[in-house]
Amino acid sequence: MKYALFLGCTIPIRGQNYEMSAREVAKKIDIEFVDLVDFSCCGFPVKSTNAETSLIIAARNIAIAAKKGEKICTLCNACTSVLTEANKELSENKEIREKVNKELGKIGLEFKPGVEIKHFSRILYEDIGIDKISKKIERDLGKLNMSIHYGCHYLRPSELYDCFDDAENPSTVENLVAVTGAAVIDYKNRLECCGGAILGVEEDIALSMAKQKLDNITANKVDALVTICPFCSIMYEDNQRKIESKFNVEYNLPVLYYPQVLGLALGIDQKKLGFRLNKIKANALLEKAGVEI
Amino acid sequence: MIDSKDLDPNFKYEVAAEIGGANINRCFACGTCTVGCPVREIDEKYNPRKIIRMVLLGMRERVLKSDFIWLCSTCYTCYDHCPQDVQLTSIMTALKNIAAREGYIHPSFKEQARLVSKFGRLYEVEDFDNKKREKFGLPPIKKNFDDITKITKDTLPKEVLQ
Ligand code: SF4
Ligand code: SF4
Repeated sequence: MKYALFLGCTIPIRGQNYEMSAREVAKKIDIEFVDLVDFSCCGFPVKSTNAETSLIIAARNIAIAAKKGEKICTLCNACTSVLTEANKELSENKEIREKVNKELGKIGLEFKPGVEIKHFSRILYEDIGIDKISKKIERDLGKLNMSIHYGCHYLRPSELYDCFDDAENPSTVENLVAVTGAAVIDYKNRLECCGGAILGVEEDIALSMAKQKLDNITANKVDALVTICPFCSIMYEDNQRKIESKFNVEYNLPVLYYPQVLGLALGIDQKKLGFRLNKIKANALLEKAGVEI
Repeated sequence: MIDSKDLDPNFKYEVAAEIGGANINRCFACGTCTVGCPVREIDEKYNPRKIIRMVLLGMRERVLKSDFIWLCSTCYTCYDHCPQDVQLTSIMTALKNIAAREGYIHPSFKEQARLVSKFGRLYEVEDFDNKKREKFGLPPIKKNFDDITKITKDTLPKEVLQ
């Protein structure tokens, strides 16, 4: 199985532990990633300013993959939604496609329907499958309790994603965590937004949104929060200390990217999974799981 | 107080003509969007149903100049729950797009557009970043994208990149 790895803006600069662990996990389960250096921003950051510009930037990335005959694997939820939406819109609507292709023509590219775009977690669940993953597990994470934050754009708008998961009651990431042996701990309002998209608009509201979720998650005894999107992770991990001092609370909750969790279970060295880049140190969790630090 | 001479009856058609704006007229004001909105849960000044009503009533200037249209976190909860398939998240995007063209863009989005236009990403990539990536065993990434600069200059409203 081969995919062009789409990194987007944030992961290669601020989420290298996500990228490192995703690449290591892919190697272990026979997914080949190719790197296309011309992939840029997905288009999401300019969508609020101009949806057409966002659409053209997304189409440009899809056209680059098409030219090489590659499918796209995303790691960020926002990239997933913007690319998938553009792919659908441009495949179904000839008028918009022609308009966008006029712009792309100026840079020597053309959008053509037919490129598959999927989030890495979806590929693991749908195309690799829990059975196959379970056969490769080398380390049981049974001593660990984890909660999951899906992030909005992995699931919604549900019409974009062919119902591969139930947007009202999703279970794909639960299954992916459970296969490592770790217990998945449910919590109140688990599907609510992290607030990341409005951090720059009104920080107080965004941080309050993240705080509410951190409160609900830490109401139970969990060893870590598992995320699948760099924006969500920035809200819960990078901003955790800020939330703690602003609201006079204490969480000290490690936030892991899902491939870091799976990587541990696949027996990959934690150094290769980028654990030292986690800002809330996960040493207690690693010790509990019997991993050498 | 609404003064009818400040109302623009064509505003809803203007919104409907934007990408994703077509279903605005379907709203029957049930309030499902507001009930499930996570931003509203934190701060009641944000009320998506009210924003739709203001658009349908034609309160063009007040909506476009307001801070609250920038507060939608694009979580798509209302999009999935709306019984009338109004596609409110896309309507909010349409409103922000019109506001940006009229010069009312929120500074945070203006800055994001500037960065994407200049560097093709939200971040400027320096040699230091690629050295760091190399240390982690990751391949280097590209620093500039002339074609993204061109696309953004050709298609973003002029005031945005000034
Ligand atoms: S849920 Fe839909 S129909 Fe109901 S008020 Fe909101 S936008 Fe209008
Ligand atoms: S998409 Fe925007 S308006 Fe709709 S529920 Fe989410 S934050 Fe509220």
